[in-house]
Amino acid sequence: MHSPHFSVIFSLDALTGALFLLTAIGVVATRQVLASLQLFIAQSLLLSLSALLLGIALGSPHLFAVAGITIATKTVLIPWLLRHTVSVEVYRTREIDRVLNIPSSLLIAAFLVVIAYAIANPLLGAVDLPFARINLPLGLAAMFLGVFTVVARREAVPQLLGLLALENGVFFAGVAIVPELPVIAELAAAVDVPVVALVVGLLTRQIHKRIGSTSVGRLAALRER
Amino acid sequence: MELAAILLIPALASGFALLPTNRHFAAPMTVAATVVVFILASAVAVRTTHTGRVDALGQWLTCDGLGALILALVALVAMTAALFSWGYIRIRAGHSERRKEQHYYALYNLFVMSLLAVPILANVALMWVAIELTTLLSAFLVGFEDTPEALEAAWKYVVLTTLGAVLALLGFLILYWGSQVAGYAPFTWAGLVEAAPRMPPALLWPAFLLILVGFGTKVGLVPMHTWLPDAHSQAPASICALLSGVETTTVLYVILRLFPVVGGTPSLDARPWFVGFGLLSVAIATLLLIYVRDFKRMFAFSTVEHMGIILVAAGLGGAEAHLGAAYQMAGHAIAKSFCFFAAGAVATVFGTQEIAAIRGLVRFAPLTAVALTAGAFAITGAPPFAVFISEFLIFKAGIASGQYLTIALLATFVVIAFCAVMFHINRMTFSTPLGSVPATALPLSCSATLAVAAIPLVVIGIYVPPALQDLLHAAATAMGG
Repeated sequence: MHSPHFSVIFSLDALTGALFLLTAIGVVATRQVLASLQLFIAQSLLLSLSALLLGIALGSPHLFAVAGITIATKTVLIPWLLRHTVSVEVYRTREIDRVLNIPSSLLIAAFLVVIAYAIANPLLGAVDLPFARINLPLGLAAMFLGVFTVVARREAVPQLLGLLALENGVFFAGVAIVPELPVIAELAAAVDVPVVALVVGLLTRQIHKRIGSTSVGRLAALRER
Repeated sequence: MELAAILLIPALASGFALLPTNRHFAAPMTVAATVVVFILASAVAVRTTHTGRVDALGQWLTCDGLGALILALVALVAMTAALFSWGYIRIRAGHSERRKEQHYYALYNLFVMSLLAVPILANVALMWVAIELTTLLSAFLVGFEDTPEALEAAWKYVVLTTLGAVLALLGFLILYWGSQVAGYAPFTWAGLVEAAPRMPPALLWPAFLLILVGFGTKVGLVPMHTWLPDAHSQAPASICALLSGVETTTVLYVILRLFPVVGGTPSLDARPWFVGFGLLSVAIATLLLIYVRDFKRMFAFSTVEHMGIILVAAGLGGAEAHLGAAYQMAGHAIAKSFCFFAAGAVATVFGTQEIAAIRGLVRFAPLTAVALTAGAFAITGAPPFAVFISEFLIFKAGIASGQYLTIALLATFVVIAFCAVMFHINRMTFSTPLGSVPATALPLSCSATLAVAAIPLVVIGIYVPPALQDLLHAAATAMGG
């Protein structure tokens, strides 16, 4: 069952996981909208790399499919969709005014990573899967960082990328904990994620057209008075 | 076979809506399609009560008592909301915008299809995708008015509910992990119930919490409810009826499905979580109902309150409380959609959603005023409407099982909410008019919808047909009580 180069693959997956976490933190801390998009593409590549490594180690063709689907949708289709729905002006935006400044954002990010490990521990104690030791806590951490990005960023595209990074985090954990998830579910999720990007991208375009800015965090006409 | 047709018909109707035909085609075609879907859904519901469950397409589609109840409610509201849209959307889209109307109906049918898919898809992962699609397909329906407020509401709706759905996705992946650890079981609700006692509680527990919080966002449970009043007040009234009346219930249905799954594990108890989240939602919604200034927002907060009541009822446990929860779901879907039709009619006639701007409604539009008042009585649980009976059942079940504090709190909030809603409605309906109001005539289809939707509203409070009674009992059984 296990491939002869198991320990090499294990170390490579740990390295991939570390880089994956760095890109998630990068999405939280980057000011430029375009740089956030590039970080997301890098993160998606690392996700498919991890799926590939696990696929080799576990001899699972499912995971090769996951790797292929991830590359096709998240590094090609989604950036293409976003470039065609959201105008160039939006990508040139630099977010000067944030909910939190970058040092305190990074501090919170570090705290979230620690929490992710604390939460993953009892799960790993109950079921021992070698790759879950790397992928589950790091996936959870990327997930929390995605939630934090959505909350802390005011621009529309970074909020969307936070959402997509959150989904990457879930799948990063997913490839390790459920390597045998039915292909139909993966295909369905592969359709779902670009639709999220399309709908949110179109909505961003409409907001830009109607309001003249994509600072969605500042929209506050609707609240209890 | 009906189950497959139920999904196929709205998909076809969506395509037909985009055909470059006469502009008067899409609306009646959608009404006809939803009527057929409603008849099929009723047939499935009746068969479910006889046979326990209905399968189709080699078990890819399945429907038990609880699923059939949700299916029938979605089909009913989809039908009345389609009829309401006919005249209402023509006014909202502007008379020259044929494309906008066509897009509305194309998305409307797809949105209805995704709602219908949730209770009948057998595979839980596919069901998650269907729920995610309900958000994505309705985003542009929420932002249909294209005002800054509507777009803000649509943005919050998509971002927050998708965020919640992704958290729930991790919950489902962990559930699947657990069912793999427990030995092979199909990834269906029945399979999960079977596998749950053998799953390590350390996996089942975080999965339960992730799904409760993740999908709780879409149900509008406090404190994840912030997007709900915005979306449910800015969308066109026909969409509000679907969002508030059945979309919330459809997602709550998934949370209720977890109840028998977690119930199989003695070391875990989901009930305090259900009661806690439910009571918090009821309490905060009641407070917000007192201060609300926009009458569509008022009905949105009432939805948060009702979701809380249903969750508390499920958490009380026992057959009678679960019957109350099932009845409450039916009563809420019927009454809340009716309230939004009435609210849409008022907003059409007066051109505003401000409670303070509407006085003496009964003199300008007596029929609309009667509808609004009747809807408000029905939704707040006044006799002889269904919500009164369901809340009575829930209180009775809670007292019988000795959960006095929960029932005392619940009853207090329900009474305060009743007073708050009736205070606002009374001022809108009966106080002295503020000068002359340029009354726009109500489109025929809107009046017709109020008449059609009033039938179930009045009937099920007084007389529950045996078929519906069987369905409610079957739904309560499926909830594990």
